[in-house]
Amino acid sequence: MGRIVAVTGNDAVAEALRQIEPDVCAAYPITPQTDLMQRFANFVSDGKVQTELVLVESEHSAMSACIGASAAGGRVATATCGPGLALMWEMLFVASGLRLPIIMPVVNRALSAPINIHGDHSDAMGARDSGWIQLWSENAQEAYDNTIQAFRIGEHMDVRLPVMICMDGFIISHSIERIEYLEDKEVKDFIGEFKPLNPFLDIEHPKSIGPLILPDLYHEFKRAQHEAMTKVKDVVLTVAEDFEKLSGRRYGLFDPYRLQDAEIAIVILNSAAGTSKDVIDEFRGRGVKAGLLKPRLFRPFPYEEVAQALRHLKAVAVLDRADSFGGYGPLFTEVASSLYPLREKPIMINKIYGLGGRDFMPQHAEVVINELVEITKRGRIETIKEYIGVRE
Amino acid sequence: MKPKGWRELPLGGVILEAGNAVEFKTGGWRAFRPVWNEENCIQCLFCWLYCPDMAVIVNDGKMEGFNYEYCKGCGICALECPGRKGQKAIVMIEEGK
Repeated sequence: MGRIVAVTGNDAVAEALRQIEPDVCAAYPITPQTDLMQRFANFVSDGKVQTELVLVESEHSAMSACIGASAAGGRVATATCGPGLALMWEMLFVASGLRLPIIMPVVNRALSAPINIHGDHSDAMGARDSGWIQLWSENAQEAYDNTIQAFRIGEHMDVRLPVMICMDGFIISHSIERIEYLEDKEVKDFIGEFKPLNPFLDIEHPKSIGPLILPDLYHEFKRAQHEAMTKVKDVVLTVAEDFEKLSGRRYGLFDPYRLQDAEIAIVILNSAAGTSKDVIDEFRGRGVKAGLLKPRLFRPFPYEEVAQALRHLKAVAVLDRADSFGGYGPLFTEVASSLYPLREKPIMINKIYGLGGRDFMPQHAEVVINELVEITKRGRIETIKEYIGVRE
Repeated sequence: MKPKGWRELPLGGVILEAGNAVEFKTGGWRAFRPVWNEENCIQCLFCWLYCPDMAVIVNDGKMEGFNYEYCKGCGICALECPGRKGQKAIVMIEEGK
């Protein structure tokens, strides 16, 4: 049995990294990720881990150093958020294209301008197409658990892809919650020994990494990368099954909440899902058949499974904490793509909420559920995409 | 050689065979060809030293000509060649002429 503690999200993920003890960690501080890596740096300084911590001059360099260390044959992790992730952008594609299983907690933060350091999903949504696996976490416990599972997922021989573990800046990273930690040995046994694939430092077998690949082969390499993504769902479920045996905590591709007999539902990521679940309970108490779906695996997106989970509903509201200006929210487009192949599908609306750390309050969820109830009565919608919780 | 399909490629584009750049013949890029005139050659080996592609053939310390399978025709050898009495030992000739 593990320890039960009261810690912040950043503490919890730093603890996971201590227990995992990667070979190399290259990082650059950025709020609200800073104290995650600061706590991990303390573990290094105190001799609690043997990890080689490389303090670089930017996030671009942090990811570059991680790529080098991973290609050399090490187990590698870093962490970032917001504009830091944006600065890594070029190198994110190098990490995934080279098929390096680098693990990176992303403490979701808004992008500039205006400058804002608070919780918002624009950073990770911007990296949606970078070829990284994305696991999203509602609370500190999920961020801790997802970090540990991420190593098994990314390093799986059918996958070999980098993984981002997303959690909300400040709301989770800086709030103290009750967490159950696993024992160090349990974590070490769970993730197992790192198995390098074609490591650079295997000097008996010299090789070149990152060569120029022209139109005669590039298309084939991307096809192979797509194939790896198609293997991820099964690996995520197998790893979750093993993790449940170890921890008693159950994970899937997404978290369905009171969805089975629901008529209307909210689809929402991360911390705001917790708030919404409370509101769902209130409405259920009043006889409104409301449910919720909280995606966990956002890349690859489990289209068929999401469609099966939502197909019986009359109306669905997808809430996005990021906007694609001139488009629908990024989560909305995925859920809409999931449902499109169905002959009978729910009516859908998209709400943009909580940008730049604006609190998502229970009354925001209430407004959305009331609108869904209205929609099911009228059978039509006025506006597909709308900002909520915004001052006129 | 049949081009490889996507299932046959090493993960992440890593090249597992050391030194296989030798199989990549770059001579076809050439628009101008260096031609060696032995009479004007003082065997200074500047051409060998400056050649970016190791396309100057040297045996027992003596320049013996060019390896046209790799020479891209950059012309550095001809530029650097001091020749003898103002006569270049390497001149660039347009391909196809």
